[in-house]
Amino acid sequence: MDRWRRITAQQRTLPDDEVPVVLAREGSHGPVVHAMNAEAAQRDVLVGARVVDVQAIHPDLHVEQADTAGDTALLDRLALWARRWCPWTVRDGLDGIALDVSGAAHLFGGEAQMLRDIGTRFKMQGLSTRLAIAPTRGAAQMLARFGGGGVICEAEDVEVALAPLPVAALRIEEDTVRLLQRLGLKTVGRLMEVPRVALMRRFDRLAAEVNPLVLLDRALGRAGDPLNAPEDAQRWMARVRLAEPVIDPVPHLEGLAADLCRQMAKAELGARRLRLTIYRVDGEWRSRDVALASASRDVAHLVRLMGGKLEGIDPGFGFDLLTLEALRVEPLALHQDPLDGRRDAGRDVAALLDRLTAKLGPEKVTWSAWVQSHKPERMEQRVPALVADGQDAPVLLRERPLRLLEPPEEIAVLYAVPEGPPARFRWRRVSYLTTRHEGPERIAPEWWRDRPGTRLRDYYKVEVRDGRRFWLFRQGILGDGRGGDPGWFVQGVFA
Amino acid sequence: MSPDSPLGTGPALGKVVSLSAKPLVQDVPAPDAGDAVLRDVLAGAPFDAGGTGFVLSCLPDSAAPVLWVSDRMSRRENGRLYGPAVRQFGFKGHVLQVEVSHPRDVLWAMEEGAACGGLSAVVGEIHGAPEVLSFTATKRLALRSEQAGVPVWLIRSGDHGALSAARERWRVSSLPSDVHPWNAAAPGAPVWEAELFRARGRAPGTWEARHEPATAGGKDHLRLLSRSGDGPLAQDHGAAAHFAGR
Repeated sequence: MDRWRRITAQQRTLPDDEVPVVLAREGSHGPVVHAMNAEAAQRDVLVGARVVDVQAIHPDLHVEQADTAGDTALLDRLALWARRWCPWTVRDGLDGIALDVSGAAHLFGGEAQMLRDIGTRFKMQGLSTRLAIAPTRGAAQMLARFGGGGVICEAEDVEVALAPLPVAALRIEEDTVRLLQRLGLKTVGRLMEVPRVALMRRFDRLAAEVNPLVLLDRALGRAGDPLNAPEDAQRWMARVRLAEPVIDPVPHLEGLAADLCRQMAKAELGARRLRLTIYRVDGEWRSRDVALASASRDVAHLVRLMGGKLEGIDPGFGFDLLTLEALRVEPLALHQDPLDGRRDAGRDVAALLDRLTAKLGPEKVTWSAWVQSHKPERMEQRVPALVADGQDAPVLLRERPLRLLEPPEEIAVLYAVPEGPPARFRWRRVSYLTTRHEGPERIAPEWWRDRPGTRLRDYYKVEVRDGRRFWLFRQGILGDGRGGDPGWFVQGVFA
Repeated sequence: MSPDSPLGTGPALGKVVSLSAKPLVQDVPAPDAGDAVLRDVLAGAPFDAGGTGFVLSCLPDSAAPVLWVSDRMSRRENGRLYGPAVRQFGFKGHVLQVEVSHPRDVLWAMEEGAACGGLSAVVGEIHGAPEVLSFTATKRLALRSEQAGVPVWLIRSGDHGALSAARERWRVSSLPSDVHPWNAAAPGAPVWEAELFRARGRAPGTWEARHEPATAGGKDHLRLLSRSGDGPLAQDHGAAAHFAGR
């Protein structure tokens, strides 16, 4: 919800705080409520309720689409960011982060101080938190989600703290919750009181992750529950410190690139994005980015790409620190050139794409992508060559011109005939006499894409006297109620 | 193009070809696609796409991509290359399009491409005769192309034959097309007049050029027929010698 507020606030005005807002995700029977704001929570909207039902009860409800994949990605990043407090952090479920703070709290002046620090820092990012510290991970997540905010629970009173929580806090499946409630075991405390043997027999079929007894043991510290933290992302970076400030970065490029390539070669990786940063003596820094079509750790290639980008970089009064960083890396195995002396054509083309894109810009170097459309100008789209690969052209049923004018150019009809294309027309100040023609081929507007009122087009292939072949169309027909007299345009030239 | 489409029929339909014991009409070898040299193609008339079709028909039959570079003026004047139609001329690979605004960048990108052995060909389009397209620039292109073994084509529209170091210089313009097999009022398969007015290692001449789509078991190819149809081509002396034949 906080993420939605932050992203939306950049693009448009947020709804008032008095308006109940819910984020919806797809459920098995239409959209269901995924998250809500404070106002909606006050009106007793439940997570998992169907949006249509909630709308019936609260007609002023404001519904937005939830982005669960984006939320997960953000949490993954936040988990790494949270390593400022302790080295072991991991995303916990779909809406939490678990931190193993044992031995780290004293660095922040005690546990209470640390919780306050965590809360403030998340608030600075516009995110609200519910925090709890407990001796076990299970207990901490139960207290954070179902207990009051900011609970600090010591080892001796775990059982007391967990006892009043509902059994759903154990994060067991809905069926199990219902079964336990039917048995009268509504709180964790009641569950702890029941003799284990009877419950064991009932739940021995359940997997450990959803078994209430196993989860309870983990929360109480009777079973181990280690935290498996992902490794820190490694930064691939080479740097040069200079004794005296210099103006020209070019002589240092090769050493930097060689150093970076050596590091990446050890891990069998190649760079896809590079960034060169210079740190100037006046405290400013400047950087240049380069993207590559395929992973590479070829020193000469990287130096050549970077060298072309350094023209506009402003060194000020000189700089004394240079870093070359690989922002994105991909696996790249060692490669052997063929022994017959031929070169790998695919790698040659990828290197060419890098050079062209680095100099001309990504949108200038493109492959064709094909869209299912009848409109000739809409059928072919350009995709940057670094992003995607070329696609095979579709097989056409009708002949199409080899060159297309964008946009189509209007022609003046000098001598019209009732059926067919004009017998004489003027285009770009030259008049042409039609000798042969083929058509019409009618292409109707695509109502699902075009604006209402778009007129249909009747295409003709027209050959003029000296042999040039044009693709003309008449936009609209007389009396179609979408404007006045139909106009004539030339859209393409046949070979 | 599929063989059953209206344009997939033979080239000589509706044409009178006199056949004697010794055939008078001879096939001239089309430009050797694998031969890596720089070739110029000039347009005979403005907005004529015949040169583009001619170049596409001459591209080598390979799955490697073709680098197609064009400047802003040629895109505005002649329109941009329309991808779906490229297949009609037998080219099966992908086209890597580079669209820049200035001819200087076109020449730079072409030089980069001509040095890259992974491409099957490089095609550049420049409109008019800008200053950067000098004899030196074309010479550099020609040398690059011969070194790396990549054929390079330069389509020059709106240019009346400025100086160039190209190994072959063609001027291509459209001729009235063949008779449509089913519809006499419709234009048929394209026919171009291809004039080789400057060449190294072969005699210049003027021919009628057609792209012939693949028949069963064959390949797409470009067929050049003597324009006059009356004599061996070795004595062909270009457009001037064919006044009577036209």
